[in-house]
Amino acid sequence: MLRARRGFEPRRRRRREFVAILFIRLTGVLVCAIMVSVLAFLIVNGAGALSLDFLTEFPRDGMTAGGILPAIEGTLILALGALLTAIPLGFGAAVYLAEYARPGPMVSVIRMGVLNLSGVPSVVFGLFGLALFVKAFGFGRSIAAGSLTLGLLILPTVVAASEEALRQTPQSFREAALALGASRWQAIRQVVLPAAMPGMLTGAILALGRAAGETAPIVFTASCAYTLSSPGSVFQEVMALSTHILNLATNGTHIEETRPQQFGTALVLLAMVLGLSLCAIIVRAKLRKGRRW
Amino acid sequence: MPEDNKKRAVVISARDVDFFYGDFHALKGVSMDIREREVTAMIGPSGCGKSTFLKLLNRMNDFVPGARLAGEILVRGEPVYGPDADPVDIRRKVGMVFQRPNPFPKSIYDNICYGPRLIGIRRKPELDALVEKALKAAALWDEVKDLLGKSAMDLSGGQQQRVCIARALALEPDILLMDEPTSALDPIATAKVEEWIKTSGLSIVIVTHNMQQAARISDRTAFFYMGELVEFGKTLELFTRPREKRTENYITGRFG
Repeated sequence: MLRARRGFEPRRRRRREFVAILFIRLTGVLVCAIMVSVLAFLIVNGAGALSLDFLTEFPRDGMTAGGILPAIEGTLILALGALLTAIPLGFGAAVYLAEYARPGPMVSVIRMGVLNLSGVPSVVFGLFGLALFVKAFGFGRSIAAGSLTLGLLILPTVVAASEEALRQTPQSFREAALALGASRWQAIRQVVLPAAMPGMLTGAILALGRAAGETAPIVFTASCAYTLSSPGSVFQEVMALSTHILNLATNGTHIEETRPQQFGTALVLLAMVLGLSLCAIIVRAKLRKGRRW
Repeated sequence: MPEDNKKRAVVISARDVDFFYGDFHALKGVSMDIREREVTAMIGPSGCGKSTFLKLLNRMNDFVPGARLAGEILVRGEPVYGPDADPVDIRRKVGMVFQRPNPFPKSIYDNICYGPRLIGIRRKPELDALVEKALKAAALWDEVKDLLGKSAMDLSGGQQQRVCIARALALEPDILLMDEPTSALDPIATAKVEEWIKTSGLSIVIVTHNMQQAARISDRTAFFYMGELVEFGKTLELFTRPREKRTENYITGRFG
């Protein structure tokens, strides 16, 4: 047996191994600790504000009392509107990219567009939405304008996730359908899309989580500081959880007094986003059941 | 086996077929006649063009970027690549079974009904009858008649492949193409599929990398080598008295 050289003796190797693994473990623990402390910070500061009334009442007394019902409603509506905007556009673009487009300059341009879109800061989307939907289309600050803006913001995520899901659908499904006399569109609609749907929906729901948490895109396009009623049409302004926190913390009249409400709202928002991610996982698991390829 | 003196009708006829993938010359001047109710086997080493040729017969190469075809292929006298030819129609007439079983992630019943539903057959009794007939024809009925609602993905590989055969047969194709249909199957499942091929009475064109299989099940055999059709004749003759040196070298295992 060849003898190990200096510095490569078993004892040193084992010690190095130990140090490396210790370090890797530590980073894992640290990441975990950061997440836990953010959550703990929110819970310690915000749990006091939480109650059934907090979730089901309108704000009162300059936001220092009452609940955040309109903000919860507003965020849900805006997120849903964003999804309704992004799904048709995003699924359509993904089907085009994954199924029809032949590699060439056209596809490169589209792909580059999608990629760049995902790198645009959200505040830029906000300004774009302000210029286009609020002003040019004349929607005013409204659910419609905010939903469309958020929809554009999550579009790249929806396209990318859907395209990936379509690409992971086995080629053999397409071949089988075509060989049985299906047209390309029939093969896509009847075989490829159902098979890719879990992945596409997962992407969409994760994007929905992102839309629910965004602040900048809706500050200019949809949200108001205070409202007395639930929205009656898509052309009305709404409150939203993210902008409610921003307003209470920066330009309210009672910044210090509303600290508990700020943290409570943050906690609700976080729970909502995590809940949506959980939904995505459940949907995927349900739809994937009994499938393997 | 075909009777020696009486020639059967030609169902597929290829005339001087050249095929290119980009710059790669995949098929070189292939001409052959495939006859009715015979099993025609295509053998040859990997990359010899046998699968490419098979896929040309029902236009499954249409979506390959950079592909180019010269020459003519006729199915029952109709040009497959003619200006009026409809690829969807041709694929209904010329069915195909693939290398790996590829059932849809649907029930056995829905798998078989896929083709018939595409041509507007929707009535349950009619579909039921078609499913039974197709599964019987594929020698699978007795095994699955009580599990028609079960996912085809839950069957064994051999059963999946026979579902795929039944699915193709449900359209009552004139010709069935099979691209190495047993290469992903175990010996017992292979034996079942081979038995089915031998007794089906259909016009079948089968690509196989397995010479023994070609010898066992086919009436005629075509040997492809580097894009050329080297030799094509009665299976027994090709395997016992090959005319070409290259055929002899291949079937005796000197290369491939």
